[in-house]
Amino acid sequence: MTTLLDYCSLVRSKNAGPFSLTFDFICKDQETYEDLVATGFLNRNLFATLYGTDPDHILVVNHPLALAVKVSLPRPVVQGDVRDADCYAGQQYAPLMDMEVVRSGAESEDGQQLLPAEASCIG
Amino acid sequence: MELRILAPTGALGAGFDKGAFARGVAACPDVIACDAGSTDSGPAALGSGIPKLSVQAVTRDLRLLLKARDELGVPLIIGSCGTAGRDTGVDQVAGIARRIAAEENLSFKLGLIYSDQPAARLQELYDAGRIKPLAHAPAIDRELFERSHTVAMMGIEPIQEALGAGCDVILAGRASDTALFAAVPHQRGANPGLTWHMAKTIECGAACAIPPSADPMFVTLRDDHFDVTTLADGSRLTPRSIAAHTLYENADPYHIAEPSGVLDTSEATYEAVDERTVRVRGAQYRPADGYTNKLEGAELVGYQTVIVGGVRDRIVIDALPKLIPVAKQYFESKIREVFDGTVDPSSVEIDYRLYGTGAVLGDNEPGSLHPGELGVVITVTAPDQPTAHAVATFVAHASSHLPIVEYEGLVSTLAYPYSPPEMDRGALYRFTLNHVATDVTPTELFRTVTEEL
Repeated sequence: MTTLLDYCSLVRSKNAGPFSLTFDFICKDQETYEDLVATGFLNRNLFATLYGTDPDHILVVNHPLALAVKVSLPRPVVQGDVRDADCYAGQQYAPLMDMEVVRSGAESEDGQQLLPAEASCIG
Repeated sequence: MELRILAPTGALGAGFDKGAFARGVAACPDVIACDAGSTDSGPAALGSGIPKLSVQAVTRDLRLLLKARDELGVPLIIGSCGTAGRDTGVDQVAGIARRIAAEENLSFKLGLIYSDQPAARLQELYDAGRIKPLAHAPAIDRELFERSHTVAMMGIEPIQEALGAGCDVILAGRASDTALFAAVPHQRGANPGLTWHMAKTIECGAACAIPPSADPMFVTLRDDHFDVTTLADGSRLTPRSIAAHTLYENADPYHIAEPSGVLDTSEATYEAVDERTVRVRGAQYRPADGYTNKLEGAELVGYQTVIVGGVRDRIVIDALPKLIPVAKQYFESKIREVFDGTVDPSSVEIDYRLYGTGAVLGDNEPGSLHPGELGVVITVTAPDQPTAHAVATFVAHASSHLPIVEYEGLVSTLAYPYSPPEMDRGALYRFTLNHVATDVTPTELFRTVTEEL
């Protein structure tokens, strides 16, 4: 079984402002990056299922120079609100790290989907 | 053209390395800049006005910065003072700066840029349809602005105006981190794409170095590239570590919004100069049609008292999740009884977090976790602190004496590490805005005051 941690030297989640949750999957090297992207495993449907959101609100970006795949979505609970248990969103990646990476047919539609640009201004 | 920018730290008060900073000062920067805040630590600083970092830690860092600025005779620009960039945060850092100036016998012209937004102004913008939502913004209404404390995030222009007025030290309220580093280069005609990309790269100090730290970074900005160098002892930079920094705390690594347009890093290239320096080229800047300032707001939700406990008995660990709904019903009747009908039970929230069974991810926990020991955090949220505290006292008492059907007698079901077990946490705030004010001039939402020290 090959897991995300077999491909990545860093898997992390963070706030991208109080209303967005973002994941970075930084691969070990060029080969693992290309292999991971080719599987299409990190696609919008996976994150929609895991984090209870609409696939249309999910952004998946491949970043070849950083050897990284980035996924951003609405924060499941607004940062710091009464139900939030992870103020920095720093542990939200945990269910992903040991998941088995399986090939998905969704790669062709992902990796290019862009949110409105102003989404990223967090200062 | 060549401009040198020193970013001493990712946050004023984080405690940067003195030796690394001295190396940066020796390299003769044209400007020293850093931020002192972020929304990343939550809504409390914006809601309450209480900074995240201590006066002592901010004083330590600011003293080093003010002395270096004096030695070099270059501007020092600090943004998002007091964590949230509220007026009180600017005033607090200004007070520290005045004290250091007196102690160290420093003279400079101080510029304070305030970014608090009065409710009436925001309502006017709202009525004119000039407050627009960003991605995943919450719903808002007109009354929100009266309940909420709001700041606007400034771009480079208010800072440039203060520089133009001869300010040597600028303490700004809420500001885009990048604006602090970009203000001087833009003023001196540097390439806009490179300038914004440079600013984005060093805004967190050596967070993009290997290993990451809150230590200083140095940039040399030229006509067609910039060189970024880590000053931290034993740290290095690679083209990849710099490229990867566009990912950090950002939804989209290729398109980064500023008040006047968008930084596009999709054509950027990164090459190693040596172990500590990376050369960056190629970013573009696309001016937007109109100017926007991001708005950030926080409102009071209630007051909280928390109780921390643990469970080691496997029978209690299994029983507890089933007992909580029963306990909550009991608390509802107890609230009516204790407060004699003056407190509505629906205004009090009693929340159990069972650490070990999926408290961190909550509803999104996909696994079925089976802990050998359970951590329990009970949070009581009420309209005022005395009510939260009073409710917490009987919640703590009852929660440690829950009836376990497997046992015939009474057991203590929760191990409390503290006496008393309940702790008043103070106010809870909530972020209220992820919006922009549109069609504004770059300076109209901000107010600048100068003084000679």
